[in-house]
Amino acid sequence: MLYAILCYHDEDMVGSWSKEHDAEVMKKLSVVQDKLARQGRLGPVARLLPTTAATTLRKDDPPLVIDGPFAETKEQLLGFYIVDCKNLDEALDVARDLGAANPGGAYEIRPVGVLNPGSVTT
Amino acid sequence: MTDTAWIDAALTSARPQAVGALLRYFRNLDAAEEAYQNACLRALKSWPQNGPPRDAASWLIMVGRNAGIDEVRRTRKQQALPEDEAISDLDDAEEEIAERLDGSHYRDDILRLLFICCHPDLPATQQIALALRIVSGLTVKQIARAFLVSEAAMEQRITRAKARVAEAKVPFETPGAVERSERLVSVAAMIYLIFNEGYSASGDTAEIRSPLCEEAIRLSRLLLRLFQSEPEIMGLTALLLLQHARAAARFDTDGAVILLEDQDRSLWNKALIAEGLALIDKAMRHRHSGPYQVQAAISALHARAEKPDETDWTQIDLLYGALEVMQPSPVVTLNRAVAVSKVRGAQAALDMIEPLSTRLSNYFHYFGVRGAFLMQLGRNEEARIAFDRAIALANTSAEAAHIRMHLDRLMRDSKSAAKSAKK
Repeated sequence: MLYAILCYHDEDMVGSWSKEHDAEVMKKLSVVQDKLARQGRLGPVARLLPTTAATTLRKDDPPLVIDGPFAETKEQLLGFYIVDCKNLDEALDVARDLGAANPGGAYEIRPVGVLNPGSVTT
Repeated sequence: MTDTAWIDAALTSARPQAVGALLRYFRNLDAAEEAYQNACLRALKSWPQNGPPRDAASWLIMVGRNAGIDEVRRTRKQQALPEDEAISDLDDAEEEIAERLDGSHYRDDILRLLFICCHPDLPATQQIALALRIVSGLTVKQIARAFLVSEAAMEQRITRAKARVAEAKVPFETPGAVERSERLVSVAAMIYLIFNEGYSASGDTAEIRSPLCEEAIRLSRLLLRLFQSEPEIMGLTALLLLQHARAAARFDTDGAVILLEDQDRSLWNKALIAEGLALIDKAMRHRHSGPYQVQAAISALHARAEKPDETDWTQIDLLYGALEVMQPSPVVTLNRAVAVSKVRGAQAALDMIEPLSTRLSNYFHYFGVRGAFLMQLGRNEEARIAFDRAIALANTSAEAAHIRMHLDRLMRDSKSAAKSAKK
């Protein structure tokens, strides 16, 4: 079963990481990802740019375009992983490994209903 | 958790909000800073044991305010400090203060803090130093290093700036809409100054000074988070990101300047470019243009061109035309002329800069650009004179080296021309 692991954290705080700290966290995360990839369990992974770069389209009639998500929440969606896990326990294990590599914030573990791998090549 | 990097990051990110709020309480920069330092010391003791507070900024404001008040009491009555336990259970208080101060309040705190640093009485260098010290929290040593001056000189510069600010009496009431937008303009200009201080570095100092660019970007993103719908702040942030994205490609191994056209575009930072392009696209939708947006749009056209000859020079010419209207300056016209030379040829470009000769008679780039146009037109002797003048006016050895490269090419060309003439 596919699970989405959605990463929430205070983007102000993540933005205040030093370059060295950022690189270190990314390196630790890639160890976890590489293990999953070798097992054939890793789907698409994304790190999102700051919410200040975001635009929202409210599907009103007519649709309304607004700058960024204005939600006054402390933590923002900063990225996600798609992983193949047998059950919730396994997905939680993956999230724990990721969390050990990158402490702080929260992961939302959410079963995927439909996944279209798409056609984008990067 | 043994790793304390998260504490550093939490303190850095909470700093502008916390110092801004403490400044509102104490109405004195030194008192606010000291209260914040006190709060940080307690955070370093408390957080590793108790874990991070739910809201680091509120925690620091709360503790800092108590520490500051204690300080006032102590100096007044020489009373003993309360025990640490008195502030150990902060949960309720934290919640209360977080509720009392909503987002808009914080927004004005941070804006005021930034605005105080760019007070018109302060010369630009003092503004930048003060902002880096107070808002960003860089140490005097770090700032001195980035400015290439001694620590003592920087310490003195910051002390002087603080003294002037204290005399200047910036109002602490919540600003009105007009005042707020005026403050925003000054603060944006100061952030741009900080960036340029880093960006205008020569090759041999670029690495030491690039933290200034990074800090300017951080402040600009902060400002944008506070004013998410201001197209000029989007433009400013986009401009800084797009310029800084090229940092790794701007100098060769000897520290000599590499012109945009000759840069290895694979060295450009793609994540910064993506963010910059997203921001300028967002800004343009507002149809409320301004100088930062126009400059960012020009930068964006360069960033979008995968190869130099794919650059949309016609559009760049038009954008510089718009910038000339908004911010008439001979330097803008000079930049526009470079675009014109690509679209309509070197003669048209030369005609365009001819009227600038008196006003830019001491400007390095004027003679560099003029020499290049003359060279394209085959007027080598005049080109050589222009290049000689440019070298005499060069601000850095890298600038001079770059012009010398042109001169060498001229010499080679004229030699080979002379040879073929003899044949």
